[in-house]
Amino acid sequence: MCLGVPGRVVRWINRESNFAKAEVEFSGVRREIHMACVTDANLGDYVIVHAGIAICLVDEVEAEQTLAELKSLGENSDETP
Amino acid sequence: MKHLDEYRDAAASQSLITDIRARATRPWVLMDVCGGQTHNLVRYGIERELADCVELIHGPGCPVCVTATELIDFAVALALRPNTIVASFGDMLRVPGSSQSLMQARERGGRIQIVYSPLDALALARQHPNAEIVFLAVGFETTAPATALAVIQATKLSLNNFSIVPAHVRVLPAMETIMRMPDNRVEGFLAAGHVCCITGFEAYQPFASRFRVPIVITGFEPIDLLRGILKTVELLETGQAIVKNQYSRTVQRQGNLAAQSIIDQVYEVDDRDWRGFGTISGGGYRLRAEYSLMNARQKFADVLPPKGRGDVDCRGADVMSGKIKPKQCPAFATTCTPQSPLGAPMVSSEGACAAYYRFEPLPIKVPS
Ligand code: SF4
Repeated sequence: MCLGVPGRVVRWINRESNFAKAEVEFSGVRREIHMACVTDANLGDYVIVHAGIAICLVDEVEAEQTLAELKSLGENSDETP
Repeated sequence: MKHLDEYRDAAASQSLITDIRARATRPWVLMDVCGGQTHNLVRYGIERELADCVELIHGPGCPVCVTATELIDFAVALALRPNTIVASFGDMLRVPGSSQSLMQARERGGRIQIVYSPLDALALARQHPNAEIVFLAVGFETTAPATALAVIQATKLSLNNFSIVPAHVRVLPAMETIMRMPDNRVEGFLAAGHVCCITGFEAYQPFASRFRVPIVITGFEPIDLLRGILKTVELLETGQAIVKNQYSRTVQRQGNLAAQSIIDQVYEVDDRDWRGFGTISGGGYRLRAEYSLMNARQKFADVLPPKGRGDVDCRGADVMSGKIKPKQCPAFATTCTPQSPLGAPMVSSEGACAAYYRFEPLPIKVPS
């Protein structure tokens, strides 16, 4: 029910608050998504989409930090016999 | 897909599993409160893989499963009402009502349209100006902004053939209900990531200290789940009943203020009858009086059913409060199957019983 899928904002259709809409791309497939909760998204930003609306922006800095942690985790475990 | 595939890496999963094993000095009992997490914990074999060091129990994280039978009965009555179409998420269709499910109502001529979004239900109302479209608005805080937006748009468009059955539930009051149960076993929570995208996690801090329980905001992919589990175990091992955010790429402390304000415009917090649990104080949202024209309960009060019958043989509430695992229910896979369910957790795509029925016979699977 709370499933959310990350997609990339590729084109704004309407930026009018409650009717805001954009085209969002998911693995090459584009869909019209309601954007009333993330009207400040820029083209190229990733949003999490749930039940036809974008519920939040993906924070690239935080994502990179998490991935960096994961990488160091992998390296550490390589060192341990 | 970016922001998805990176969190399914097999090597990183393995090293997180090793870390969890190394950290846990006793089998801690952790509860997830999101059906999507439940399914992935079982699907990827994480629950089984970690069984020797962490017991994962699955809380009331499936909104479909906790929707009162009375609301299913109401939706059935609406679907059978002339000139009326019930729009619903697909999950709801097989859920047993007091006497029948929406699927069974459909076989008897009831009109039900599966939609992916409440905004699709709104589009349906525009396409069928002479029919009444009623959306069955279930879901947690994650889904509430979408249904609230549909109500706002319908109002602005003066669509008077659109209404909703308000059935939204709120996660935190349910977590509190579980913590207050005399035989509660939960020692740590994996909090539902996408609910927190909307609500943020300020409200979890006082909860964590009051009930002396660590809470870790957790995502959905295998790596996210394992990081959430590892952090919760670390907090338990060091005796810290605090909140940590392990899903920081999407969850901010304050949540999404725009989404909160959309919810606020349309809904107010209300007590709610949770299937199997009874009334939970503050456990749901009701429509504000300004939107009563869109409230199907008022608009179609003539077909409101009497209070629904409780489930007789389903132990869904025991499963969802962590007292038993799905397989410990005597009906599991015997008298209760997805084809012939006794309770909602067996048929909702997020129900814990459905997860075990579908994935558990499989051998342990590490994501690759
Ligand atoms: S197996 Fe069926 S009867 Fe038992 S708790 Fe699950 S849904 Fe209810």
